[in-house]
Parts: sequence; structure tokens; C-alpha cells
Amino acid sequence: MKILLVDDEVELVSAMAERLSLRGMDADWTDSGEKALAMAKTCRYDLAVLDMKMPKLSGLELKHKLTTLCPDMKFIFLSGHGSESDFKAGCAEATCYLIKPVRLEELIAKIDEAGR
Amino acid sequence: MAMIDRFKPKFWDTDNAVSPGRSLFNYRRIWRLAILLLTVVTLVPLLVLTFIDYNVTRYSLESENLMRTARTTSNTRRTVAYFLNSRDKALEFVANQNGVDSLRNPATLKGILDSMKHSFGGFVDLGLIDSTGRQVAYIGPYQLLGRDYSGQEWLANTLTRGSYTSDVFLGYRDVPHLIIAQRITDARTGKDYVLRATLDTAQFNAILSAIDLPGQGDAFIVNHHGVIQTPSRHRGAIFSHVDLPIPAYSEITSVQQETDRHGMEYTVGYAYIEGTPFILLVLKKTSELMKPWETVRMELLWMLVVSIAVILMVIVGVATYMVDKIYLADQTRARALHQMEHTNRMASIGRLAAGVAHEINNPLAIINEKAGLIKDLFRFKEEYSHDERLLANVDSIIASVERCGRITKRLLGFARHIDVHVEPIRFKHLAEEVISFLHKEAEYRSITILMDIPEDLPDFISDRGKLQQIFLNLVNNAFQAMSDGGHIAITAHQAGGDTLTFEVKDDGCGIPEADRKRIFDPFFSTKKKTGGTGLGLSITYGLVQELGGSMSVESTVGKGTTFTITMPIKATPSEARKNEDTVG
Repeated sequence: MKILLVDDEVELVSAMAERLSLRGMDADWTDSGEKALAMAKTCRYDLAVLDMKMPKLSGLELKHKLTTLCPDMKFIFLSGHGSESDFKAGCAEATCYLIKPVRLEELIAKIDEAGR
Repeated sequence: MAMIDRFKPKFWDTDNAVSPGRSLFNYRRIWRLAILLLTVVTLVPLLVLTFIDYNVTRYSLESENLMRTARTTSNTRRTVAYFLNSRDKALEFVANQNGVDSLRNPATLKGILDSMKHSFGGFVDLGLIDSTGRQVAYIGPYQLLGRDYSGQEWLANTLTRGSYTSDVFLGYRDVPHLIIAQRITDARTGKDYVLRATLDTAQFNAILSAIDLPGQGDAFIVNHHGVIQTPSRHRGAIFSHVDLPIPAYSEITSVQQETDRHGMEYTVGYAYIEGTPFILLVLKKTSELMKPWETVRMELLWMLVVSIAVILMVIVGVATYMVDKIYLADQTRARALHQMEHTNRMASIGRLAAGVAHEINNPLAIINEKAGLIKDLFRFKEEYSHDERLLANVDSIIASVERCGRITKRLLGFARHIDVHVEPIRFKHLAEEVISFLHKEAEYRSITILMDIPEDLPDFISDRGKLQQIFLNLVNNAFQAMSDGGHIAITAHQAGGDTLTFEVKDDGCGIPEADRKRIFDPFFSTKKKTGGTGLGLSITYGLVQELGGSMSVESTVGKGTTFTITMPIKATPSEARKNEDTVG
């Protein structure tokens, strides 16, 4: 399973990708929506873990664009924010909605759940 | 005291202390002003009208009494005047008809006296006196023939004026009597004689005593010097001086108010009897005459007293009712305003908390991942995997991050529930959530929190954020009421088919009976000096009502307080609609 991690916090997303890789998962990462779209065009990802709040392209918009590119792609949202509307939209449109900071084990469990 | 408490209107004990925006809340002043104004505008016209009516009625009664007395006096005067006049005229007739020669004859004189006694009555004797004053003929019960009357005033008066009526006097006989006399000129000699008759006063008195005079009424005759001539019931013996002023001569009857030496007021009718030395006096006690007035006055007074009592009762009742209504309206308004304010404040705090949580969450997530990565590296690269101390340190970092994460998540959760949203609620979770905010304080103060919430308690539909606030407020209150080492019990059970009852019970200081009625009123606080706003319970009460529930309190001073909240399992339709409107 190929995973794409998108978050504007490079330090966070890179560390997370590395930790997933250490556990034998194939995880790519990027820090913006545009780059993520470009990567999705060249490579097929099964699952995307997106930050809800990013500059320019938000997590939800990116999800819509990625869905048009790869209709089968699954999504998990991450957010440091807990507003009602974000929470509702995130829950409705993705497999799950996790609030930062997240335990890696929990994320892996959710990834496995999405992959099934 | 209990009676006073029962009738005391709700607004009575309002705290009138001036605080910002509360200048309008002096209900007792409004109440007093309303009563005063209403009383003045209703009672003043009533009193003025009563006063006018009082005077008019008294005046009309008084004038009626004066008129009645005047009429009695006039009638009696006529009767007395007729009595004397008819006898006088009879004597004149006898004198003119018979002539001196005939009258000198005792037989003729006796015949005349008998006829007069028979026809008129009241005649006692009859005598003829020559101009020197010697009685030349006499018929009567006494031996008066040849008696000399010369020098007596009456004789001179008769000879000059032609006719004379005397005062009543005792004379030689020692019996009250009066005389009437008539001058006769002898046609033969041209000498003047006087025909004199004595009248018995008994008949005269009978006329006066026959007058119907109520109560202390009195009718008698005095002469021009005020000497009583006929028996009086109350004004003294015959021939004594009457103790009333005698008015100046007048042809018509007059009525006056007089006061005697005892201070008693009398209505006195006076009438001079023409051609005689007599004045008729008719006396009536003014108080007797005014007796009907007393009745009218009492009725008027009663009417006034009863009217004033009824008016005052109605005014006080209406004013109390209205001010109570204003008070209740003001209370509701104040509660609504402050609830709104509170909601806004909570929303601001919520947003602030969410902002802070969000800002912290991102770096926290980085720390989390980096620490996680370090741990992974150690573990996967085998190099440091046996360095327990290092791994323990990393674990400690990760545990601390998790702890921070829990706090920020709770803050975010709290902020999320500020928005109105009805959802199924499991009370156990809600209670735990609320307690989680306070468990640190509870630990520091050794307060034991007991929760007795049955596992099978049904979920209920309500607003999570509002419920959180309600229970947070109640538990906070309980904390403030307790000293360290106290106990709080939160219990829940299903009451009836569609309501749930929750109780928050503490063993703190309790609430005195006097305060218990008012603890849900806005601004009621016993902790004003230490910064209490008096809004906490008021807002809690408002929130419970907003969610369609009800709230009550039981308390014993020194033992503790129990707040009981009853909530419907399903939100009421209006409640649900309102919430949908807000969310939509």
C-alpha cells in the first residue's frame, strides 16, 4: 500500500513518513497541495493522510482534486483544530478525522482499517 | 412573622443596593409612589364630596328646624293673642252696650259675668271703678267692693289709653292672675269709669301646655322685662327672671340659637303678642332637633370609612400585583440578558481555547513525531536499543506530549460544544468529562467525588455544551460551599417514563432558608464581597429551563445542599426547532 502524507509542517510530515517507512510502509510526503497533486499524477497512491488546514489548498479541496485524479484513493484527515464544521466535514468525507498530536500506533491502525 | 412572610410580595426583599444598571430596580419605591398617587387622586375627591354633602345636609336640616320652630311659635302666638283679644273685645262690647248706670247694678253685673264665664270661660270677677280709683261695683269671689285702686299704674294706663292688659301678678289674692280693663265714659255725667275683669291664668296656661313639643321642648310667656308669666318646664318658677336674652320688639316671629348658662344650645322662637305686655317663647333643645342629623352623619361617616377601606385595599392590592408583575418581568429580562452575555463570553473563551489548542497542537505534533522517530531509530537500528535510560527518557517525552495532547483535545472538545447542537447524550460520559476539568482541584483539596450513574441509564437528547455548563456550574458551586475533605455525589436515575433526574449533592455549608427562595434570582449573591456576581445559579437555572427541564434545591444549613435537575429524555419540539434554526 502506497501512502501520501501532506502537511505544511515539513518537520512533522517528514518524521512521520520516516517512522512509517521504518515499519515497512511505503510512504511519500510533501508540504503543499500543489506538489501533492503533481506527485499523484506520476504515481498511484492508495491512501492520503491530509492536514485539514494548509496554505493555498486546504485539505478538503485537495481531497476533492485527488478524488478526481484517483477515484479509489482513501483519505485520513489530520488537524490541530477542532471546529465543529471541520470536524463534521472531515468525518463525512474521509475514513477518519484525527486530532494532532496523534499516536503513530493509532494512525497505523486507521491506515490498516482504510486499507481493508 | 410567618403571616407577614406569606403575604409579603416577591419584590419586597429585593436588594436595593445601587450597582451599575440597576437604578430602575427600586420596586418598593415604585410601589409606594403608585399607592400614594392612587390614594391621593381617589380619596381627595371623595373627601371633598363628603364634606360638601355633610354641610349641605346639615344646613338644610338646620333651616328646616328653624322654620318648624318659627311655625310653632307663630301658631301659638295667634292662639294666645286670640284668647286675650276675644276677652278684651267682649269686655269692650259689655262696656259700650250697657253703660255705666246699668253696670252699677250688681244684678246686671252678675248676669254679665255669668254669661261671660259661660261663653268665654276664664273670667273670675268683674268690677267697675270710678276715675278716683274706688271700686263702685263688684261681682266675684272676693270682698273687693269699695277697694281703692287710686294711684295704681294700670288705672292710669286704662284711663289714658282706653284699654289695658296687665302682666300676670299675685295681687291681694295670692293667686297668679291677670286683669283686662276697659274705659267707659258715662254718657250722662261725662265722667270716665273703668270696667275691670280678672282672668284666671289656668286656661291661659292650658293653651301653652297643649303645644306638642318633643323632648326638652318648652313654651311659656314672659313680660317685656323677662319675668316668667306662665309655668315653664325647665326655665324656672313663675315670676322669676328667665335666663335667656330677650330680643328687641318685632312684629314678626323670630328664631334664634341661644346658649343658656349651662352651655346647652337651644333653638328659641320669639313672638311679641301685640297689645299685651307678653312675649311668647318656644324653646327646643338644638341637640334634640338635630337628632335625625346625627343618624345621617353616622351613615355618612360609615359610608366614608367603608369606602376608604375598600379603596385602600383595592389600591394596595392592584399596586402590589402590578409591581410584582414588573418585578417578575424585570427578573426574566435580566436573566435573559445575562445569559446572553454569558453565552457570548463562553463562546469567546471557547474560541480562544480552540485557538490556543490549535497553535499548541502543531508544535506538539512535531515534538511527538520527532520523539517517536528518535525512539524508532533507536529501536530499529539496534545501536542504542539496549540503552534503557535513553529509551525511558524518550518514552517520558512521548508520555508528556500525550498528556498535553489530552488537555488540548479536551479544550477543543469544549470549544466544539459551544455551538448549539442537540445529540444523544450518555450522562456518564458527560459527568466524567465535567469532572475531568475539576479533578485536579478535587485532589488538592481532598474532595471525594462519588458518581452513582446506572449503566443502563438511557441516552437522552439534549445540548451537550449547555449540559456541560450546567453541571460544571453546579459542581463548581459545591466546591465553593465545601471545606477541604468534603464529599460530592453525582447521581442519576430514570424518573417515570420520559424524564431523567440528576442530583448534585454536597456536604458543605448549606443555604439558609431565607436565601433559598432567591438563589436563582439574578444578582443574588452571598459572596459579593469576594467577587461573586450572583449570576452562576441564575444562568444555570435559565439553561435548564432552555433545555426543557426543571431545577430545585434542598438544603440544610451545616449539613449540605442537593440540587435536583429533571430533564426530558427527548428534547421538546420547540427546543429542537430552535436549535435547528441556530445550527442551520
